[in-house]
Amino acid sequence: MSYLNIENLVTSFPVRGQGFFSKKIPDVKIINNVSLNIKKGEVLGLVGESGCGKSTLGRSLLRLVPVKSGKILFNNDDLMNKNYSELSKLRPQLQMIFQDPYASLDPRMTIYDTLAEPLLFHNIVPKSELDEEINRLMNLVGLAPRYIKKYPHEFSGGQRQRIAIARALALRPEFIIADEPVSALDVSIQSQIINLLLDLKKKLNLTILFISHDLSVVRFICDRIAVMYLGKIVEIAPSKELFENPIHPYTQALLSAIPLPDPRKEKNRERILLQGEPPSHLNPPSGCAFSPRCHKKKDASCGTRTPSLVQTSDTRWVSDCACCEQR
Amino acid sequence: MTNNNEILLQVDNLKTYFHTRTGCFRAVNGVSFHVRKGETLGIVGESGSGKSVSQYSLLKLIPQPPGKIESGTAFFDGTDLLSADEKTLRGIRGKRISMIFQDPMTCLNPYLKIGDQIIEPLLIHHNYNKEEARKKAIEALKQVGMTSPEKRMKGYPHELSGGMRQRVMIAMALITEPELLIADEPTTALDVTVQAQILDLIKKLQKEKNTAVIFITHDLGVIAGVADRVMVMYAGEIVEEGLTEEIFYSACHPYTRALLKSIPANAQVGDELFSIDGLPPNLSHKITGCSFNPRCTEKVNDDKNLDFPTLTEITKSHRVANCACALRNVSEIERNS
Repeated sequence: MSYLNIENLVTSFPVRGQGFFSKKIPDVKIINNVSLNIKKGEVLGLVGESGCGKSTLGRSLLRLVPVKSGKILFNNDDLMNKNYSELSKLRPQLQMIFQDPYASLDPRMTIYDTLAEPLLFHNIVPKSELDEEINRLMNLVGLAPRYIKKYPHEFSGGQRQRIAIARALALRPEFIIADEPVSALDVSIQSQIINLLLDLKKKLNLTILFISHDLSVVRFICDRIAVMYLGKIVEIAPSKELFENPIHPYTQALLSAIPLPDPRKEKNRERILLQGEPPSHLNPPSGCAFSPRCHKKKDASCGTRTPSLVQTSDTRWVSDCACCEQR
Repeated sequence: MTNNNEILLQVDNLKTYFHTRTGCFRAVNGVSFHVRKGETLGIVGESGSGKSVSQYSLLKLIPQPPGKIESGTAFFDGTDLLSADEKTLRGIRGKRISMIFQDPMTCLNPYLKIGDQIIEPLLIHHNYNKEEARKKAIEALKQVGMTSPEKRMKGYPHELSGGMRQRVMIAMALITEPELLIADEPTTALDVTVQAQILDLIKKLQKEKNTAVIFITHDLGVIAGVADRVMVMYAGEIVEEGLTEEIFYSACHPYTRALLKSIPANAQVGDELFSIDGLPPNLSHKITGCSFNPRCTEKVNDDKNLDFPTLTEITKSHRVANCACALRNVSEIERNS
């Protein structure tokens, strides 16, 4: 029974050509026909290079960006058919934590104001209990309630990310999209926030979509992982299986590129070094989008046939390109 | 990788303080280290631990005021960089010592063509004429793996992706064939796949030209792959220094150990991740004793806290701060071996 179900989602943005009378260019598809489901209570990791559309996918789920077509079924309720006020009623259940805690908090609002705003807007608690609720939230994320009258600039990065998490949890959501919540933080602080997220997930029974480019973090925190490349999902697998047995050549390259904190292993390992740069959404390669950089590419068919995601076992989906089937 | 063991850079007791309205920040507080020809020295530490400032100080790239190099010497091939006048420094910066900065998005001049930016060091330091310099720049771009370098020379930085810009930075830094390259988090802003390409490139070029590299990063995974020796910094001080294998397999300082333990890649899935509680100390307060003491999990109550821990030698290459916890770990390792 899936909890959040995405079917054939397409998000595209208009592009202007050069000059006023320029030829009209078709909209560029950032999310290209993505289907995905998330089970209740799981942490699904979404990984990929910068610019592959992983953040846009996260935002599309909350309809923070204009979605062109597709279905977003949340508890069997299609978010695509909702108007603004209906969506606004649903928002408390779907919250987001952003990447950069330096930019996502309003510098002119005290922590108290930041946390009180969503609570008051959605009438979560009566005004008389507001202070108590804010103290509860501060304790929940491990901050001393005496800090509530301070401004964001008085906090360190890790503390700010805790505030951002408290703000997301204020509305008692069921589902959280965490968009690179630890990539702006130092290793020692990063582990504090990861532990906090895992702890809160258990305590509050949250479902999390964890967007990240750091595979070692994803391996640690996620139950399942979806790998994205140029607006498409190329592989979905349980975390352990993905790391032990990656099928798609891109996943293999991605895993082999993770630096290992172990000098002996690091010296002896074979790296798959990808050639070239990530392609542009404006001018995607024909056929398999990964084919120009693929280390396994065999014949010309890679450049002509567009692969799609197929289910290969109970838990795994993988792109049906020639290189994946050949193994 | 070291071809000869000659010391290229010897830094002693470097102190860089920032005098601000809110107090004096001891960003770098008595750092001594050396770099040999052709080797890679990795520097790790949290943000604010002084790893970048210590290197910027060498080339006087810190704003003065508020920054001030309070003491120290840095002998680079016989010249003391810290007491050298501006003219001498100008002959060294960008020619014999180059830098690659963290963020390729902001370090290239958006108004200048890539070609003009790459040939600039050649025109200044080597008296090349423009045509020769251009030829050399195209060659340099080829070396760093840029496609159609002739066309790229006429382009602007905004036309390039992050990885490509970092390649331009590397080409620019290495075009004068420096003896020392300081790379300040050169891959932090990049994707893992691109990071692997760039690290590979730096290693390759280093081998070809026998350049010494100081590699600053907070990613221990990257350090494991590139460095010959590693220096761990905390709160403006070096807490441990040693060969890469010594740091990774027989770390003695509690901070180094905690850093290694807190990497998600080292953890078992399902366990709680090891985390270092608390925050790095405020550098504007005078710290006496071990700076890591408040966050240290290995400390024992009756440990005598030294007022000023100094580095002691464990092996020829391995030095660690002589706080009680570190010394305990040292004797434990010796007993086991």
